[in-house]
Amino acid sequence: MNKDTSHINSLENEAIYIMREVAAQFENPVLLFSGGKDSITLVRLAVKAFYPAKVPFPLMHIDTGHNFPETIEFRDRLVKELGLELIVRNVQDSIDQGKVKEESGRYASRNMLQTTTLLDALEEFKFDAAIGGARRDEEKARAKERIFSVRDDFGQWDEKNQRPELFDMLNGEIDHGQNVRVFPISNWTELDVWSYIEKENIEIPSIYFAHKRKVFLRDGMIWSAEDGVVYRDADEEVIEEMVRFRTVGDMSCTAAVLSDAISISKVVEEIRDSSISERGARIDDKRSEAAMEKRKQQGYF
Amino acid sequence: MEVLKIATAGSVDDGKSTLIGRILYDTKSLTTDKLEAIEKTSKQRGYDYLDFSLATDGLVAEREQGITIDVAHIYFSTKKKSYIIADTPGHLEYTRNMVTGASTSQASIILIDARKGVIEQTNRHFFINNLLRIKDVVVAINKMDLVDYSEEVYNKIKSDFSELMSKRDYQDQKITFIPVSALKGDNVVNKTDKMPWYKGEALLEHLEQLDKADIFNVGTPRFPVQYVIRPKTEDYHDFRGYAGKVYGGDLSIGDDIIVLPSKTRSKIKDIYFYDEKYETASRRSSVTIILENDINVSRGDMIVKENDLPTIDKQFTANVCWMDTDELKPGNKYVVQHGINKVLAKVDRINHKIHPDYSGFEKNVTGLGINDIASVTFKLNKPIFYDQFKNHRTNGSFIIIDSQSNNTVGAGFIQ
Repeated sequence: MNKDTSHINSLENEAIYIMREVAAQFENPVLLFSGGKDSITLVRLAVKAFYPAKVPFPLMHIDTGHNFPETIEFRDRLVKELGLELIVRNVQDSIDQGKVKEESGRYASRNMLQTTTLLDALEEFKFDAAIGGARRDEEKARAKERIFSVRDDFGQWDEKNQRPELFDMLNGEIDHGQNVRVFPISNWTELDVWSYIEKENIEIPSIYFAHKRKVFLRDGMIWSAEDGVVYRDADEEVIEEMVRFRTVGDMSCTAAVLSDAISISKVVEEIRDSSISERGARIDDKRSEAAMEKRKQQGYF
Repeated sequence: MEVLKIATAGSVDDGKSTLIGRILYDTKSLTTDKLEAIEKTSKQRGYDYLDFSLATDGLVAEREQGITIDVAHIYFSTKKKSYIIADTPGHLEYTRNMVTGASTSQASIILIDARKGVIEQTNRHFFINNLLRIKDVVVAINKMDLVDYSEEVYNKIKSDFSELMSKRDYQDQKITFIPVSALKGDNVVNKTDKMPWYKGEALLEHLEQLDKADIFNVGTPRFPVQYVIRPKTEDYHDFRGYAGKVYGGDLSIGDDIIVLPSKTRSKIKDIYFYDEKYETASRRSSVTIILENDINVSRGDMIVKENDLPTIDKQFTANVCWMDTDELKPGNKYVVQHGINKVLAKVDRINHKIHPDYSGFEKNVTGLGINDIASVTFKLNKPIFYDQFKNHRTNGSFIIIDSQSNNTVGAGFIQ
């Protein structure tokens, strides 16, 4: 099929413009990298924005300790190949320091705990801008997010008092102690990200493709059966299925989908025909209708 | 095709969210899990229909009050186009959100409740769409099912609206009237057989056939330098590239250019997009330009064609939309951000306030409150390089920043 890629080009041009505004308007920006497809896309856009110069800011990964091993292996290789600087901060350290308490029980996840580690790290390095891969189509609270989103000293999002953003003028003026979350791919959809990955031939972690995995079923979702990370009842039987992941968060909050898509073009096809939204496989969003908005107010990405 | 951005405007209860929900539903853009969530909540609230507004009202306060507070962005695509809808709230006090949503849109939909007809807020919605020079406007006359799909009702609203059209400043704006029922799905995505008297297109059909020439303004090229790329590596020792976005027109290798404000002349030597070499940089592309001479260019400078200079001046008059609770007053100082360029500005005078309901001007105004629109003259501490908004949407607009709060407190369109 001969696809029209011009709308992806216009999204790319917009994202590159935003990357350059970050570098120009802030003293100490950082790119938040999770090893997922959205942050991999951000890295590609950053490389293209400043070529042939190096990306003028480091990457930072908030590691929950529950990441898929494939993601970590991929992260380290990418950073090395592109000659980028990587900072890693661990949720485990925040737990050991008694700053956060590990959840327990059936739905235990470290997803919420990340926020504390992230805010501490932003303060530690005095980052004034943090670039993230959030998209407005992901979730309805995110649909109201700005491209430059100002956070107060506590990292909080004041959703009712956001700065208007007109034309493509981005106002990055902040007070000391405040910081800005920047979302260059705000206007991309999941399908746009995948089409871009296909068009640019970008490498992504293997768990995005269909593979055999030990899983179990709960609440109509497919959970990864990772001993010691994901809590499992005795009667929840482990089976082996061909699955892939649509988002790559923690093993404890990301459900898999049944899939035969072993290549990017198959993945793009599958998403185009899919009837379940991307975050439909995010267990953390199912907690309540306003789950995302609440987390964002507290400083979550 | 580029992405088509559409702003929607309507008053409370005009059914704007329902219309958007309907578009998503009929284009099969709502996924099963989102649809299930809507069904579940509609049922909990005891509705006997699916409340599509639940698909767009994202904040807790919005769902509690059943209203839209902030601009929401909604994404869907058809085989032909990708769309972004900026859903802006219709409340009287939310002019700033409407201006914001319209500023990035190329087309817009104004909703009218068929039972109520043209009301004061319709004037305001139309005024803002016209002020922002949106090229294609659809007037969707909604809830036709509640007026028995009456042609007379439709014609009455159309003729009332046409009276507004005669007062508008931007006469070339294209306006299309479409009778719809968002709740029942008539003439939204699919044409209905309920209104055989209506010979035009359904709403989505109309949007589908818009092409670049219908929605984009093409003018003279402007290249504000965003960032200077100097790798300082062995391979690119002498590389000095000017990164930025091209606005309004194209720039090509060999073009004779002038750099503002220094007025230094040069020629475009190379254009890069990442490692690709371009012959021409088309409008809205984020490229890196290399000039033939080694001249001093920095962020905030502007590269323009030699025979196409913008106005270079330390003062200008603009229509301002004020968005802050603290008043704008003569003598107040602000930061004006024109594109990427920031300058200090002082309010010289407020010429007159404009009533956005087309009821006229107000002279001798001492200050501007939130949601006021007025003609204001500013004096700057250094010159900027601008075009009139009517000739150049990007280079003719600016935002106003309060240097104490750092907030964006207003937007302006240079006259």
